[in-house]
Amino acid sequence: MNDGKADRLDEIIASHSRREGPLLPILHDIQAEFGHVSEEAKRRIAGALNLSRAEVHGVVSFYHDFRSEPAGKPVLKLCRAEACKSRGVEALVGAAEAVAGDRVAVETVYCLGLCTVGPNAMVGKTVHARLDSAKLTALIGEMA
Amino acid sequence: MMTVRISDDALALACGADDVAAAFEKAGAAVERVSSWGMHWLEPLVEVNGVGFGPVTPADVQAILDGGADALCIGPVAAHPFIVAQQRLTFARAGKTRPLSLDDYEATDGWKGLGRARELGPEATIEEVVASGLRGRGGAGFPTGIKWRTVAAARADQKYIVCNADEGDSATFADRMIMEGDPYQLIEGMAIAGFAVGASKGYIYVRSEYPHAIAKLEQAIHKSAHIIAPFHLEVREGAGAYVCGEETSLLNSLEGKRGEVRAKPPLPALEGLFGKPTVVNNLLSLCAVTHILADGATFYADYGLGRSRGTMPIQLAGNVKHGGLFETAFGISLGTLVNEIGGGTASGRPVKAVQVGGPLGAYIHPDQFDIPFDYEAYAAVDALIGHGGICVFDDTADLAGMARFAMEFCAVESCGKCTPCRIGSTRGKELIDRILARAPRGRDTVEALPQMHNAPRSARALEDEITLLEDLCETMKFGSLCALGGFTPYPVLSALRHWPEDFGVTRMAEAAE
Repeated sequence: MNDGKADRLDEIIASHSRREGPLLPILHDIQAEFGHVSEEAKRRIAGALNLSRAEVHGVVSFYHDFRSEPAGKPVLKLCRAEACKSRGVEALVGAAEAVAGDRVAVETVYCLGLCTVGPNAMVGKTVHARLDSAKLTALIGEMA
Repeated sequence: MMTVRISDDALALACGADDVAAAFEKAGAAVERVSSWGMHWLEPLVEVNGVGFGPVTPADVQAILDGGADALCIGPVAAHPFIVAQQRLTFARAGKTRPLSLDDYEATDGWKGLGRARELGPEATIEEVVASGLRGRGGAGFPTGIKWRTVAAARADQKYIVCNADEGDSATFADRMIMEGDPYQLIEGMAIAGFAVGASKGYIYVRSEYPHAIAKLEQAIHKSAHIIAPFHLEVREGAGAYVCGEETSLLNSLEGKRGEVRAKPPLPALEGLFGKPTVVNNLLSLCAVTHILADGATFYADYGLGRSRGTMPIQLAGNVKHGGLFETAFGISLGTLVNEIGGGTASGRPVKAVQVGGPLGAYIHPDQFDIPFDYEAYAAVDALIGHGGICVFDDTADLAGMARFAMEFCAVESCGKCTPCRIGSTRGKELIDRILARAPRGRDTVEALPQMHNAPRSARALEDEITLLEDLCETMKFGSLCALGGFTPYPVLSALRHWPEDFGVTRMAEAAE
């Protein structure tokens, strides 16, 4: 593997060395920079934190936010929890997935905390409210 | 120059507040970004000399500056009926202050509670919280002061304050609004807790779905570090696991482990984060503490009824016309909240069901709308207040589908530690699918073997499947380690009890309960 990448991984890991229980912050940073937590990253973290590779893998696989493989396409997180359901999100799902096709991943998230103005979605750190079918498909269209 | 006030919290941004603010700036007005008043149906809400307009789009900006836009005008914001009807303590600053301004915070009695705690000393501070009758606002309702006493009495070289801001329940957003709108209040509450129990370090565990809250908190902690010193605070970001809102699972997550639930005892108060005595409090409990200390236990306890003292920031959400943050003393009826304050459904259709307390809360029928908002009154009807979220559904809602979703949600979010939750939720979903498909389970190969004397001789009837679902719910309720598996039966059973027709069955026999 590329040495620059390995150095960068070590740099990220080292930047959290003064924290108590640093694993989650490390994984967040790695995921933010590389888009996923690779096998190489898991081994380097394990070495640095004195954990087994299995322990690190266990944490990565437990949390919905972390992925072991790159997403490969832009991700839209659509809230399908109760409040958005009560405001009709389920009726939007079919059309959204049709527009997304294999160019955009429409993932489910349970609650963005905007429960009075749903249906809601999040792209990166940007939140979108009061979605109807037209707005949602337009949003997905812009991402593809 | 005219000053225009617009919220910059995540909800306002999602509704387009930045575009509106930019349009005002372009038109020559000075824009001040403040916290949200909590009247969400009006966002983006624009306040000009105390007079509100909403919801505003960039196209309305010129009309507002010209003194027009009468159709959007709601009159003086502070005099709006939705605001006037409230008893705001935790949300007293909502809409009025700039979230990160230390000047604004100080000018609105900020740090008064911390100052008084430091005068009183740790023991008297704890007694003040005990006397206020404050109960944990996360859902369990455990007396906050008693928890603090336990941690204060524990001997250890290090103690921690952990704020549970993993607000994962659908229909709740009060924590988010505080973190984004009034972060110093939380910081002050945590500093008081740290001072009271002798903890030098605090963590705020925030869910990753709240990036705006995390950013604001980090800035606020940086700006106020000198005020709360020697107490030290750090924000930790969750990673999309609902179960981490459970306190022991949250502690494991903070330690960098899988967010699996721990068996209790040991109590976190004695062996919590990294095995040290730890106060784990909900964000709203910690905010309430600042008012208890600033104005005294009696002042706070004078609000409320019975054993539910003080105020509760209630979150009116879902299919409701006037959704938002409504803080009031305990005791208000659900009907008043939904029909009068909330104005009924946003769709204009009749209210069919109301879920109180998030995905683990019961669905409440309009026939029960007279129950007062009170921990004990809800427990008496097999329901819970939880974090104070109210989700309204109109008559198009399919409650059998919602019951199925409750099981599905539990299956997705289960930490996997205990069997009733991990397996029960998946089996529950399958069972509801079979009930809805009118396809009761037949005999399988093993059951048909001649040596299986006790196996059923015929396929199950629909009634048998219903009985089995109720039985499964009992097992989950009493056999799960934490509230995720333990409370998932509440939405399922309440849906089955009140809307059996949605499941295609006639009314349940009372004996089945």
